[in-house]
Amino acid sequence: MPTAETEIETLANREYRWGFISDIEADSAPPGLNEEIVRFISHKKNEPQWMLDWRLRAYRHWLTMTEPKWAMVHHPPIDYQKTIYYSAPKAKLKSMDEVDPELLKVYEKLGVPMNEREALLGLERPAVAVDAVFDSVSVATTFKKTLAEKGVIFCSFGEAVQEHPALVRKYMGSVVPYSDNFFATLNSAVFTDGSFCYVPRGVKCPMELSTYFRINARSTGQFERTLIVADEGASVSYLEGCTAPMRDENQLHAAVVELVALDNASIKYSTVQNWYPGDKEGKGGIYNFVTKRGACRGRASKISWTQVETGSAITWKYPSCILQGDDSIGEFHSVALTNHRQQADTGTKMIHIGRNTRSTIVSKGISAGHGQNCYRGLVKILKGASHSRNYTQCDSLLLGDRCGAHTVPYIEVRNTTSRAEHEASTSKIGEDQLFYCKSRGISLEDSISMIVSGFCKEVFRELPMEFAVEAQKLLGVSLEGSVG
Amino acid sequence: MAFLEIQNLHARVAAPGGRDILKGVNLTMNAGEVHAIMGKNGSGKSTLVQVLAGRETYEVTGGTVTYDGKDLLELSAEERAREGVFLAFQYPVEIPGVSTSYFLKAAVNAVRKHHGQPEIDTISFLKRVKEKMALLKMDQSFMNRAVNEGFSGGEKKRNEIFQMAVCDPRLALMDETDSGLDIDALKVVANGANSLRGPDRAILVVTHYQRLLNYIEPDFVHVMLDGRIVKSGGKTLAMELEERGYDWVEREVAAGV
Repeated sequence: MPTAETEIETLANREYRWGFISDIEADSAPPGLNEEIVRFISHKKNEPQWMLDWRLRAYRHWLTMTEPKWAMVHHPPIDYQKTIYYSAPKAKLKSMDEVDPELLKVYEKLGVPMNEREALLGLERPAVAVDAVFDSVSVATTFKKTLAEKGVIFCSFGEAVQEHPALVRKYMGSVVPYSDNFFATLNSAVFTDGSFCYVPRGVKCPMELSTYFRINARSTGQFERTLIVADEGASVSYLEGCTAPMRDENQLHAAVVELVALDNASIKYSTVQNWYPGDKEGKGGIYNFVTKRGACRGRASKISWTQVETGSAITWKYPSCILQGDDSIGEFHSVALTNHRQQADTGTKMIHIGRNTRSTIVSKGISAGHGQNCYRGLVKILKGASHSRNYTQCDSLLLGDRCGAHTVPYIEVRNTTSRAEHEASTSKIGEDQLFYCKSRGISLEDSISMIVSGFCKEVFRELPMEFAVEAQKLLGVSLEGSVG
Repeated sequence: MAFLEIQNLHARVAAPGGRDILKGVNLTMNAGEVHAIMGKNGSGKSTLVQVLAGRETYEVTGGTVTYDGKDLLELSAEERAREGVFLAFQYPVEIPGVSTSYFLKAAVNAVRKHHGQPEIDTISFLKRVKEKMALLKMDQSFMNRAVNEGFSGGEKKRNEIFQMAVCDPRLALMDETDSGLDIDALKVVANGANSLRGPDRAILVVTHYQRLLNYIEPDFVHVMLDGRIVKSGGKTLAMELEERGYDWVEREVAAGV
């Protein structure tokens, strides 16, 4: 009997579009993790003593920790000694002219806009600055000059350690301490690179900042570290987008992102995540254990997290906001898709400390195939956070009858003048909705795509305009051939 | 050659132990005609038009349907729509987050693509939409609302006929469009349907009540009973049914008249 489910099942399969492996020789560390490797990484990056000390403290602490097991994800035990913790292309390049053409070709395939000249000449859309990370080393930062004019520092984390040590030392670890959790501690020991951004007082960063990531060499974990600081009255919008090639072994990704917003400052952090999700049987794929946290330190400060997660075999991340300053605002908008055998345990934590603080959580989970999607959220309103408000909306969409959606909300309100609202819904795409679309001549694929996009509209609206379209396309591609 | 030829059509609910609903429907429609189908609840009227539109919750177990020379049953629902078949639903469904404007444009373009035409440009689309909105006395704000979301029953029905007018089908199937409409809405909806009359097209109206047929005057009226068309006549048949009910038809059929 033909049902909507079986019909969806028989859609043609489609290869993970961005799966390919580059030829570039990497200068990698041997697999395994010990103090020598930590020193090796630090040495390779020419780090000052204080940075090495920080890493070693973290590494030694990591040895005392155990992996958290409370999440609703199942995977074979990770052998931390089998992973390679450092991999970099042979030469460190200074200018665009020196960039290995092979490298540029890779970025072209990924759609990274590396051509500075092209970008500066009569673009219809505002320029996007790119700090491209290829494996563990940042290559070619563009638009440095334009940003420098405004006093905005946007460079690789490694460069920031060298050239802006005071800023790094002041803020690094202040939002996510090295001892925070197993994966953050691991990251603190072996992080290789990431982005650093500092926006000075009163400056509205003139363009979207963006970074593309890629895991390439076999068994290389991606341990990037990002720190963004918006000084008083400053604002910045940052986009992180990732792709990765097809792999057989699972690859570990344990990033740490720290955001700090001072008085009247705002940071918008958007992520479009498309790491290789594993094949239909659940083999291969990236393990994404990420710690992201923003501190709204200042009064009337604001931090917004927007994410579209379609990749990774396993996703474990809870971009959170610590609402310290009075009148501060935290936002979390998320679309998480799990298909085939993907698993996601993701959500957010909104910690209200200051008075009159507000948080908004909109989580859209889409499960298809045998995917398992769990929203885990914490809304914690402390005693002193009087007159605070949270609004949470948690919607799940199930495509097919073999996937799962779970919700684990924690709500703690410790004063009587605050309010927390939680709404949740679970739905399927009904046969009647699909038939309605088909009766107008719209194909099944387009119907599903349209309905799912409608479902995610509230979240896509929050993405920087340029990437909202990409996100929609990504969703469409991710759903092809595997909904069942 | 008839425009729509249904011969001995049988269909059941597509589920284990599904009930037989259509038990040998015969109907011939020529281009340019308007036919009405009336009958009691459960007679299979709604099922008939849904089967014609290609809904897969029903399984065809016998018979043939020829539409404009083609085997209609061979085509998928979306293919039938692209060939000019349009079903105005009895219970239109909601599609949250998808604006009516976006949806309608996708529908129009799907048909155009099928006929090798380029996608409709925004100006032409807006022009057509404006025209039909005026015809159906609808508010401009309609277009930005999500499809049927928060619409009253009457608004949903009007939206169906509005979509039908924009899509300009060759075989319009109206499934109890009149249920839940007041007189004024009824007139507007009938107006919309009448605007689709043409020498190369046909309209099939499924209705309980004769009232709609005052405004959409049919060429033929059929009575459906227990999965079959048991009686056909001109528009006066509708008035007779209104006066006398359906019992007398049942008795006639039973007596083998």
